[in-house]
Amino acid sequence: MGHTKHNPIVRALFNDDDVVLDAVKDLRSSGYHISEVYSPFPIHGLDEAMGLKRTRLSTAAFFYGLAGLFFASWLTYYTMTADWPQNIGGKPNAYWFLNMPAFVPVMFELTVFFAAHLMCWSYFAVNKLYPGAKAQNPDPRTTDDHFLMEVELEGKETDLTKKLQELGALEILKVEA
Amino acid sequence: MFEFKTKTKQMAIALTVVGVILWAVGFALNGSSSHDAGHRHEAHTEESHDSYPGEVHAAMIESSSHQSADHDDHVDDEYADETHDYPGEAHAAIVKSTHESDDAHAEHGHEAHAEHAAHQIANRPWSAIYVAAIFFLGLGLGQLFFLGIQYVAQAGWSAGLLRLMEAQSFAIVIPLIVIAIIAFLGFGHVHHLFHWMAEGIHIKGHENYDAIIAGKRSFLNPTFFTIRILIYIGGWIWAAKMLRKYSLLSDSGDGAAMWKKNRGIAAAFTVFYAVTSSTSAWDLIMSIDTHWFSTLFGWYTFAGMFVSSFAALILLTLYMKGQGHMEWINENHLHDLGKFMFAFSVFWTYLWFSQFVLIWYANIPEEVTYYMQRFEQYKVPFFTMLSLNFILPVLAVLSRPAKRVPGTVVMAAIFVLVGHYMDHYVMIMPGTVADRYGFGLLELGPILFFAGLYIYVVLSSVAKAPLMHKNHPMLTESKNFHQ
Repeated sequence: MGHTKHNPIVRALFNDDDVVLDAVKDLRSSGYHISEVYSPFPIHGLDEAMGLKRTRLSTAAFFYGLAGLFFASWLTYYTMTADWPQNIGGKPNAYWFLNMPAFVPVMFELTVFFAAHLMCWSYFAVNKLYPGAKAQNPDPRTTDDHFLMEVELEGKETDLTKKLQELGALEILKVEA
Repeated sequence: MFEFKTKTKQMAIALTVVGVILWAVGFALNGSSSHDAGHRHEAHTEESHDSYPGEVHAAMIESSSHQSADHDDHVDDEYADETHDYPGEAHAAIVKSTHESDDAHAEHGHEAHAEHAAHQIANRPWSAIYVAAIFFLGLGLGQLFFLGIQYVAQAGWSAGLLRLMEAQSFAIVIPLIVIAIIAFLGFGHVHHLFHWMAEGIHIKGHENYDAIIAGKRSFLNPTFFTIRILIYIGGWIWAAKMLRKYSLLSDSGDGAAMWKKNRGIAAAFTVFYAVTSSTSAWDLIMSIDTHWFSTLFGWYTFAGMFVSSFAALILLTLYMKGQGHMEWINENHLHDLGKFMFAFSVFWTYLWFSQFVLIWYANIPEEVTYYMQRFEQYKVPFFTMLSLNFILPVLAVLSRPAKRVPGTVVMAAIFVLVGHYMDHYVMIMPGTVADRYGFGLLELGPILFFAGLYIYVVLSSVAKAPLMHKNHPMLTESKNFHQ
């Protein structure tokens, strides 16, 4: 997920996840801003090392689940009590609440269904992923066995390049934003 | 290394002593008031005798249809009777077959009734100890099982917490002894917590004869029961001792070898506990409502014990940190403990609901009586305990940040502890004292008694060994644990 960039970007390619993680920590402590890291798999602790904000997806999930719960309550109320009262096994059907225990499985399932599906769609929407979306990947090797780090260039380019080489970068490439 | 200070020691002992005194005072008062209650009760019985001549028992079965305003007073009595006479229909049939005339039947009903009331009042002090003993047993037993799981699952994150779990496991000893004593006192008819222990209950033609309980005689008989109780005590304490022994040996020897030994013991114990957690729940709790049964009961009881033991572990861990120990335990470990507590309070609710909804939906008389009594007589404790055990912990520690802050986790732990005391209360009290329940000196005493002993036992065994293993193979993983 890119954001507006003003500085040129330097891309550095690595071939080890631990090396990338250490490089990220090192660069950030020397004042550089890491705009993105591409990796074939999730690297434990990378989000914290990059200083990323925590996702708000979990808060959204709570409300999605709540929506599912209300929807299920309405659905069971409408279909089982209001529209066509159904007498199943002699269970009380005059009020929705009296028959509520029988609806708990429905309520539970729809809560989970809403939370899971809406969370998934939210994730796609936020990340601009849709059928036919173009890959936002600068180097296809990061889907196999390489790790790519994008650093915003501040100060002299040679300093950053030298530092990246010391940190174990295999390839370094400057791109204009 | 943690030092169990004299001041804390004295406080724990003081709690225990105060507990004993409160219970003793409650016991003395309970005896004197039971006399009056007995009289009050007899008057009622007289009344109900007149109202339903000849068919006292049959009438009681249909309690719901008799709860009109003018019968308000003896609704209590009907339940009081029902606690031991369910399923009513079967009982009515049995009574009919053993008593020739309707007169004799009514006469028997009257006497049995008054006797029930006296028994229920006399039961309360014992029930109160029993509830507290089961609750505090759970705090230790849950951690003993969890300790075993750490070895079986080769868990690394918890290596720095094992000493606390070991200490907690030892807390099972005192509740187990008390439970055994109370259970065995039942054979001497000191109390009537366990209806199946009544004299002649399995002998055809005896005035106490109960066909359903007689049918369960091959399992619920004094000899086999005693053997089972001794097996539980022996097996559980053995596991706690062995896991502790090799854990201490590892400090001076080969950590990996001792860890392997413990893993073998833990594997054996886990299998043993899988069986005994269920059977002990049947023996110690479900057999109080002797006629009733639920196949889920063992897991339900286990889940309650497990989640309350996490709450206790969280409080103990934070106490240790508050005393300036265990600097290697940070918010990541707290997060995991919080997750376990959260997950198992949801799991407990799941089992509670699974047990409830099947019985509610099937609506079979011999099953629903259990919930009828709890919904009507125990409405307040029953619904309070449900919200304490499910709704409040979920709201308190659902989110990730809340599980990493001591304040919210402690709050949720206290909800869980109070809730599960009430859960055990609602499991045990209805079958032993019916509507003659309450929360007074009799209940408070045993809680303080066991709490004092629990604190004493746990803290003194924590103080006996360094809080950190020296040679545990996964120490580094625990120290660097991160999520």
